[in-house]
Amino acid sequence: MTNLVFLVPLLPLIGFLLNGLLNNKISKNLAAAIGVLSVAGSFAIAAGIFLQSFHESSASHTIQYCTWLKAGSLTIPFEFLVDHLSMLFMLIITGVGLLIHIYSAGYMHDDDGFNRFFAYLNLFMFSMLMLVLGANYVMMFVGWEGVGLCSYLLIGFWYKNQEYNSAAKKAFIMNRIGDLGFLAGMFLMFSHFGSLSFAEVFEKAKAFSTNDTAIVGITLLLFIGACGKSAQIPLFTWLPDAMAGPTPVSALIHAATMVTAGIYMIARSNVLYTLAPTTLKVILVVGVFTALLGSFIALTQKDIKKVLAYSTVSQLGYMFIALGLGNYNAAVFHVMTHAFFKALLFLGAGSVIHAMSGEQDIFKMGGLRKHLPITNITFFIATLAISGFPLLSGFFSKDEIFVAALSYSPLLWLPISILFFLTPFYMFRLYFLTFYGEYRGTQEQMDHLHESPQIMTIPLMILAVLSVVGGWINASLFNIHGLEHFLEPVFRNYTLPFSSEGNEILEYGLAAVSLVVVIYLIWLTNNVFAKKEAENLAEEDMSFLQKLSYNKFYVDELYAFLIQKPLDWISEKTYEFIEVSGIDQIVNGTGSFVGWSSNTLRKLQTGHIGFYLFAMVFGIIMILVLNFII
Amino acid sequence: MIIVLLLLIPLLSACILPFVKEKPGQFALMASLAELAVAAVAAFQFIPNSSIQFAIDQPWIPSLGINFYMGIDGISLMMVLLTTFLTPLIILSALNREYKNPSAFYALIMLMQVGLIGVFISLNGLLFYIFWELALIPIYFIAAFWGGKKSIPATFKFFIYTIFGSFFMLIALIYLYFQTPGDHSFTWQAFSTLHLDRATQGCLFWAFFVAFAIKLPIFPFHTWQPDTYTEAPTPGTMLLAGIMLKMGIYGIIRWMLPILPLGLQDYGKTAIILSVIGIVYASIIAIQQKDFKRLIAFSSIAHVGLIAAGIFAFSQQSIEGSIMQMLSHGVNAVGLFFIADIIFSRTQTNTISSLGGIINSAPKFAILFSIIMFGTIALPLTNGFWGEFLLLMGVFQYNACLGVISGLTVILGAVYMLRSYQKIMLGENNALTKDVTDLTMNEKAVLVPIVIMVIWMGLNPEFFMHFARPAVENIMSIAGSSGLIGIK
Repeated sequence: MTNLVFLVPLLPLIGFLLNGLLNNKISKNLAAAIGVLSVAGSFAIAAGIFLQSFHESSASHTIQYCTWLKAGSLTIPFEFLVDHLSMLFMLIITGVGLLIHIYSAGYMHDDDGFNRFFAYLNLFMFSMLMLVLGANYVMMFVGWEGVGLCSYLLIGFWYKNQEYNSAAKKAFIMNRIGDLGFLAGMFLMFSHFGSLSFAEVFEKAKAFSTNDTAIVGITLLLFIGACGKSAQIPLFTWLPDAMAGPTPVSALIHAATMVTAGIYMIARSNVLYTLAPTTLKVILVVGVFTALLGSFIALTQKDIKKVLAYSTVSQLGYMFIALGLGNYNAAVFHVMTHAFFKALLFLGAGSVIHAMSGEQDIFKMGGLRKHLPITNITFFIATLAISGFPLLSGFFSKDEIFVAALSYSPLLWLPISILFFLTPFYMFRLYFLTFYGEYRGTQEQMDHLHESPQIMTIPLMILAVLSVVGGWINASLFNIHGLEHFLEPVFRNYTLPFSSEGNEILEYGLAAVSLVVVIYLIWLTNNVFAKKEAENLAEEDMSFLQKLSYNKFYVDELYAFLIQKPLDWISEKTYEFIEVSGIDQIVNGTGSFVGWSSNTLRKLQTGHIGFYLFAMVFGIIMILVLNFII
Repeated sequence: MIIVLLLLIPLLSACILPFVKEKPGQFALMASLAELAVAAVAAFQFIPNSSIQFAIDQPWIPSLGINFYMGIDGISLMMVLLTTFLTPLIILSALNREYKNPSAFYALIMLMQVGLIGVFISLNGLLFYIFWELALIPIYFIAAFWGGKKSIPATFKFFIYTIFGSFFMLIALIYLYFQTPGDHSFTWQAFSTLHLDRATQGCLFWAFFVAFAIKLPIFPFHTWQPDTYTEAPTPGTMLLAGIMLKMGIYGIIRWMLPILPLGLQDYGKTAIILSVIGIVYASIIAIQQKDFKRLIAFSSIAHVGLIAAGIFAFSQQSIEGSIMQMLSHGVNAVGLFFIADIIFSRTQTNTISSLGGIINSAPKFAILFSIIMFGTIALPLTNGFWGEFLLLMGVFQYNACLGVISGLTVILGAVYMLRSYQKIMLGENNALTKDVTDLTMNEKAVLVPIVIMVIWMGLNPEFFMHFARPAVENIMSIAGSSGLIGIK
């Protein structure tokens, strides 16, 4: 089965080529079939590889196909790494991806770009699978930039709208800033390890001591790349804007899979990161602040997708907290559960937007539970899951992170307690504003209000089931450590900074607190937001903190002021003053000077024999004098 | 035989073309395709090792040591393939535009090809110089007589500037000739076994550098370039950017690295710093350019800046990367300038801000444009990636700080290319762009091969590199044996 792994990315690639080249020559149904079936095929193979892995003695296979490029001592083979980590990611990507592909067939049905949409989605699947399957950093980077391309294409999918195009461009450029870090990290790695293949680098890394400058440098540079891809401070502002893309894209790329690439990369490089505690501290701090910032901004957003986007930023922050604590397992665990419930939330939001004829402002919704029963229930489940309601998937993964954080340092108590309250609050605010209270939309929207077709609701239901039970794979509260054991071959190098055995009190305590806090916040938000007339504050009426949150801490404005405008200004002025009036003038001046001197010297040719004779004699004397001197 | 054919086909057709009054373009196209076929045969017969193959050595002016000595190694082969691949496309692109006096126009293009091929296969210093200057004459006439309104002053500046640079190179070549032992010789082998002292190499380094730096161009010798690129007719610009500037890069690799390794050791750093300044400087200027053609011109300066920096950084990775990047830059620059030409032919303007929404009426054009754009900004799986990756790696290993600064091209390139693509192609149609038609057959015939190249080179770089690698290793070992051990 492992031999067939090349088909996992290849099938979506074929799907992309078929849909891309045939484009409008085939029917929408055929295009959807190509898109869905290719991913279904990948999923089936990924599942087969996964099941087979339980019967295999070796936990890791590197399959080398050919040499992609050689240059001096650098060899880049085209090779796939199939181990438990890449298996898990393959399953998440193809599994959630399959559901979202099916959903898209319904969601995008009336769009003119339907076939193009499926082509892009398949291209994304290909790139993302390349990213997780690549057995060296270059192949990972190929997938890494490939998903960035797809993200660009899909955010700007409706290319007539220049705002969307700008959002797409912003996403690409911010990712490129991170990618420069990734590149530099690879170069530094090559200087020290002479290779970019995982196996060789991790093997040679053993010779380095903890906090070696080179390792810290490499890991920090790679982390810059992760910041870009996974929307961490300071490179997070592209992700909320990326919501310009169709909603299934937000679910697949900007929630479940692509944005977790940074976590995958660091988890994959766990050997290096464990050697660099300094870097881990940086990651921890960045993660904490991003988690806080994201959830704080999410509190006041009015666009249903923006709330979810900032929630994603915040949840990614959780994963980086876990990474920063050296608990790679918890990070990957949260990637998985987050993929379930956040994909569900986005798809649910898509169902709502679909029903509301494109409306995204939650203050213009309300009372939708009667009209969208399935969406309502599944959305509620996902909201409970992300809030960390005990025994749902989000609870277990979040708990693991929080337990690790709280036992790491008392300094983390404050941010963690804040996060404890913020997430359920903004999520239930969103939920009640959308599904409870009085209907606040237009009559016309009301007339079209309908539950989505089955092709969209069935993926919702499947994801709802996963959001409920997905956490039990690693329910450490009940001594279930399935995922931990499964990933042990990959992460066996690290030692947890704490022993999970002695933390039972903390674990039970957290569970109890979760239960109380979530129920309290449901009660609270229900009182505030499920009223008939939810209070829709205009910006002028907001308090300072509300304004700060509503305006996203003015980070976009800050970047425009600090980077964009100065860059444009420098560009213009460099051209005007240095290029045109500077260097070019010197060049032209040299030319003019030659012209001028020849014009002047020409006048010596006067035609007077006497002057010529004088010049000749003067010349001879000068030669003799010079001869004498030298 | 192959070498004779490579020179004779364009030379003879250039001689015949002035007398071809019926469809001279088609004639030139046939000739250039025949040339491409010869180059393809050369590639098939080429054994990928470091030796010089298909060599011919005929006395020309034996008393001065000038022999008709030519041959092809892996690097030359890549350049010959690039030239012969692009020339038919350039001619094809010119076919559906009206050019006055087409016989002369196409004759000059073919003559230009003689010069270019000659430069890439000459192994005699003076012969190299002769072809180097020969290539300049046709492009001067093409740019001056078929160019835009301001083409005469722009072309004049270009001509004088280049001649000025070549003058130093000529002196350097003659000096090297007199240093050769015995009967003196201009051959490359004689030059590369000279082992001159450090001071002499330093002087010669700068003499060559000026000639090549102007041709590329490297900052601050670049100011002739945007004007010439903008004013020359599109086929001329394609010849200049796609092929001719590679003469300079090729010259550095062939005539500077193995002959002047100590000069490189002493002054390489200065050259790299100038190149790196050029990368950032040109990228930054490109961001605010209003004219698309001029924007591509500045982006070209940034790209060749990186190539030059990589070569002077002198690592196996970066020199191989420079070969790769020469090929992809040639392909992409020709593609981009043709795209600018297509836009101009439909809308009579290249002003970015007045365009927009072309994708709505010309979707195929938009797709091909976007692929070439992604090649230009070095997205993985396109041709630009491998070259840029290896070059940046080389510069980074030379000096991490310079490597990161050069790496800014990764970000800035995306900024100016995506910005102009958005403003030209995306959004709603405006009055100017609503009637833009999609690609004609002829235009597809040019852009599709380019796009195929963009993707092929991205998918299978090894196919191209396996030809060039032994030759690069050879040049590096010659430089190494002349005393260059660890350039840092």
